[in-house]
Amino acid sequence: MTVAVVVVAVLLSAAAALALTRVVRGPALLDRVVAAEVLISIMIGALGAEAAVNRHATTLPILVVLSTLGFVGSVALVRFASGEEA
Amino acid sequence: MTGDARPAGPDPSRRLGSGRLTDRAGSGWRALRGRLPGRRRWRDHLITVGWLVAVWSLLWGEFTVGNLLGGVLVAVVILVFLPLPRVTFGGRLRPLVLAGFVGRFVAELVVASVHVGWVAVRPGQPRNAIVAVRLRVRTDLNLALTAEVLSLVPGTLIVEADRETGTLYVHVLDIRGAEDLARSRERVLALEARLVRTIGSEAELRMLSPTTGNAEPGGPS
Amino acid sequence: MNGDVVLDVLVGIFLVAGGLLSLVAGIGLIRFPDVLSRMHSATKPQVLGVLLILLALAMSLRNGADLGTLVLIGGFQLSTAPLAAQMIGRAAYRTGRVHRESLDVDELADRSGTAHDRGE
Repeated sequence: MTVAVVVVAVLLSAAAALALTRVVRGPALLDRVVAAEVLISIMIGALGAEAAVNRHATTLPILVVLSTLGFVGSVALVRFASGEEA
Repeated sequence: MTGDARPAGPDPSRRLGSGRLTDRAGSGWRALRGRLPGRRRWRDHLITVGWLVAVWSLLWGEFTVGNLLGGVLVAVVILVFLPLPRVTFGGRLRPLVLAGFVGRFVAELVVASVHVGWVAVRPGQPRNAIVAVRLRVRTDLNLALTAEVLSLVPGTLIVEADRETGTLYVHVLDIRGAEDLARSRERVLALEARLVRTIGSEAELRMLSPTTGNAEPGGPS
Repeated sequence: MNGDVVLDVLVGIFLVAGGLLSLVAGIGLIRFPDVLSRMHSATKPQVLGVLLILLALAMSLRNGADLGTLVLIGGFQLSTAPLAAQMIGRAAYRTGRVHRESLDVDELADRSGTAHDRGE
């Protein structure tokens, strides 16, 4: 189990770093929106993995909030983007 | 290349009909999309309330009487103050087919994920395409569900959806030649067929048959 | 007792698979040339990765009430990711953020800009 924990932590950290790179590099707002959505999904994954390893359910409400937040945030930003550029 | 999908054709019946489609399969649409009897409308509302109550209870984490009552209250408030676009469900659910659909969906999700993953890590850039696919069953629900499942399943992504003509514009990753294009088009239509077979009505099922469905009615061919 | 060990091993496997898929999605985000292809990696591998981790969490908690919440989270992921992707795709196409060189066919371009007045 310990090996799995380390591997998952490394994988998710690398994924988060890549997504964050895309958020920083852009180039357009839409690229950043996509990358931020992936970043939120990775956060859900990380919190979920931690809860699975330590067998607790205290972070479940956070997961619910994050899973809706990613969507609402993306839609809001995309509407803003298309209103601005189109 | 543009076999079954020819969008933006000057089809006067569509323009004049103000959204009402008057083609060969048109008699079906009016029943599906137009005015509905009151009983049907109540059923639609009840289904919506049921969903909202279920989600509310899951949010609270347990099904208790208090949660159910609170959920009904919230659902009614939502329906009264934030009216949603009407989505009617004309078909009937076939549980066994649904189970098969879900199983197939999971399998294809895995295949599609591995495929996209492979495209991401292998050397070289992928070739892509945007393909127009005209669906045979043009209800809003079918259009939305097909688009939704399509984005997750077979290496495709919806770029644009045309409600009037029931056309989906699909971005396909990793195209290698014309046969890949044809195959992705077939897969979109096959997915639609599977979806209709799961939740569609008899009339919608008949639209899938090649004689009425696939051919473009009245278009210049 | 034995069943628990098997479950734990499965939890580990699912967690690693989910992490791997997330990483692949991240790589796709960096390597793909335009928004449309990047969204492919933001939908398919990412959603499956999160679902696998949620599945591992469900197997580790083994509790009915938590299972309901997890189903809800998974359902949100499944239903919202394609929706957001579709909105982003539409906005990306309309604002011309498409990498033309990697596009073999574009049947939407033939539609002569009717998309703009049909949208909302």
